[in-house]
Amino acid sequence: MQLSVNREASGSVPAEPLPPALCRLAELPAGEQAILEKLDLPEDDARRLMELGFLPGHSVTAARSAPGGDPRVFRVDGSEIALRRETAAHLFVRCGTPKRP
Amino acid sequence: MSDCHGSAALESPPRTGNAPVVAIVGPPNSGKSTLFNRLTGMRQKVANFPGVTVEHHLGRAALPGGGELAIVDLPGVYSLIARSDDERVTHDVLKGLMPGVEKPGAILLILDCTNLGRHLVLAAPVLAIGVPTLVILNMADDLRGRGGQVDAGLIAAQLGAPVALISASKGEGLERVWEFLEKVESGQASVKPRGMELPVLNNVPNCREWAARIGKKGKYRAPVPPIWTRRLDEVFLHPVAGPIVFVLVVLGVFQTIFSGARPIMDALQSAINASGQWVASFLPEGALRSLVADGVWGGVGSVVVFLPQILLLFLFLGILEDSGYLARAALIADRTMARFGLQGKSFIPLLSAYACAVPAIMATRTIENKRDRIATILIAPFMTCSARLPVYTLIIAAFIPNRPLLGPLFGAQAAAMLGLYVLGFAAALGTARVLKSTVLKSSRTPFMLEMPPYRWPTVQSLGLRLVDRGLVFLRRAGTVILLTSLILWALAHLPVVHGHAPQISESIVGTIGHTLEPVIKPLGFNWRIGIGLISSLAAREVIIGTLGTIYGMEGTSHSQSLQAALHHDLTLGGALALLVFFAFAMQCMSTLAVVRRETGSWRWPLIQFSYMWVLAWVCAFATNQLVSIFWT
Repeated sequence: MQLSVNREASGSVPAEPLPPALCRLAELPAGEQAILEKLDLPEDDARRLMELGFLPGHSVTAARSAPGGDPRVFRVDGSEIALRRETAAHLFVRCGTPKRP
Repeated sequence: MSDCHGSAALESPPRTGNAPVVAIVGPPNSGKSTLFNRLTGMRQKVANFPGVTVEHHLGRAALPGGGELAIVDLPGVYSLIARSDDERVTHDVLKGLMPGVEKPGAILLILDCTNLGRHLVLAAPVLAIGVPTLVILNMADDLRGRGGQVDAGLIAAQLGAPVALISASKGEGLERVWEFLEKVESGQASVKPRGMELPVLNNVPNCREWAARIGKKGKYRAPVPPIWTRRLDEVFLHPVAGPIVFVLVVLGVFQTIFSGARPIMDALQSAINASGQWVASFLPEGALRSLVADGVWGGVGSVVVFLPQILLLFLFLGILEDSGYLARAALIADRTMARFGLQGKSFIPLLSAYACAVPAIMATRTIENKRDRIATILIAPFMTCSARLPVYTLIIAAFIPNRPLLGPLFGAQAAAMLGLYVLGFAAALGTARVLKSTVLKSSRTPFMLEMPPYRWPTVQSLGLRLVDRGLVFLRRAGTVILLTSLILWALAHLPVVHGHAPQISESIVGTIGHTLEPVIKPLGFNWRIGIGLISSLAAREVIIGTLGTIYGMEGTSHSQSLQAALHHDLTLGGALALLVFFAFAMQCMSTLAVVRRETGSWRWPLIQFSYMWVLAWVCAFATNQLVSIFWT
């Protein structure tokens, strides 16, 4: 199971560089699908997200959002779950193409 | 206590002899309460969004074979690891830790079979409890309608538990549930060996894989995505159309509540007046006739008039809740909520506070973070509850001319009403901001909200809700309002001087009112309003009954309506100040009681009470002064 526990996950979107193969779920364009790789959140929160279907290895589709793009609805494991951008920024998906720096 | 919501959890549990208690367990919005209502013939509130049930409810199911079983309905959970207070209720009941509820001896596990893979995950910890369990795959009609399928027998073999495929809302497939309950009652229900071992419970990916394997063995074919939900969301969550629809829905609701209910209310008013005169004509001139005409008809009748409007409000709330639009509204509002330090989960309790603050405060149990929860509890009474609606309607109708604003579809009176709702909401947000940046600071918890598929609200569900709300309203009118009207009438006739009742301003009521006058005069209120404010502590709408009685006894309401009497008695400044006062003041004993219960001490309710009254006085004062300066 790829689950790293980060005790200090805060509301802000962290700025450190990512491994080339990972993209933030928050950056996934509406209508696109990607495979979830890992959840970088405190254990409790990660667990609840997994119970809702955000499991590593499962596919996630970015759907409609509230005006302004936040929060966004994600289709995952047969249901639609809305997440705020600050949360979706801690979920990582496999990139289709490596992101430019 | 004029509790808005009869709370079954506070009553003593039904006696059941030796038969075990049966618990209904399942994920949020899987239909637990719908099934509970089916089995017990009771009417727990149901709606189409997660987290409607936040406490345990006990009921009895009368079995076809003549026996009886105690059933307990529980808040929805995704696992048996509790994160919030409502989930803790489920956890405690299942472990036998809840005072007053026996540890359940059997479980009805209800899962939404349109999303079986994810929902079956909950079967692992529930089956691990080791009591006889019936696994219910609900929403079978939906599954079929969208081209999915499942073999209940094969699933049962894997789980070692009987499986029933049902539709709780349509009542189909319930025979299997009754059959299971009969076995439980006669002690024949047992736990069978499983085809597949249970997974390691605290490993979610592992549990999910186990669920997928069971689904596969059970020939589960997932349904196609709900196409209408997708299409509707294209509109309701469209960046431009979405907010426009949101605003139109709100304006439409207000205009309809205000003017749509008018003709029925007018008819009801005439009927009440006529019946009052008819009854009075049988009574001899004197104290008794005055008691009936002014005390009962004047007091209770003037409140009952608002029944059509209250029902209309609940009809709209019901449609929004049952259709699933509420979850979208929560999504659209989330950014605004976040700006004021509230999390998205606060929005649904706040919306339900438009009906009544009591269930709203209960609904905050779904908020995991303690400080966020207290902040939401403290601001919920600012939301315009249905008890304020009659007061607003009366004063607005008396003082605001009915000019069309946006064509004939949206008038000045509806706008004034909307303004008061916005005022309450703004006070709630402002208070939240202050609380969240001072005493109730907390780190932000992630916002996760499941979007339910849209469903047609059923006529039956809406109808039952209206009947229930109508009865609650009438019961209040028949108890609290009748009682205060009678007490008021009596106090207005004492002390008796030389065998005659005094002039009302010389009576006990008048004396109390006049004593209060120095405090409320700066707000533009006279002593009659002062008496109304005191009696409205029992429940907000009581002020109407009180004014109905007072004006009735002064002989005004026989010749003119309460509305006209009020118009005559108050200045515009005083009237607007009264509206502002009602928007802010905490005048509800039931709310204080439930805040005390949910926060565990008198500290928060006392702070809330003082804060709201001070705010109400100051803002009403400012309103009266400003209007007096600029409007004369």
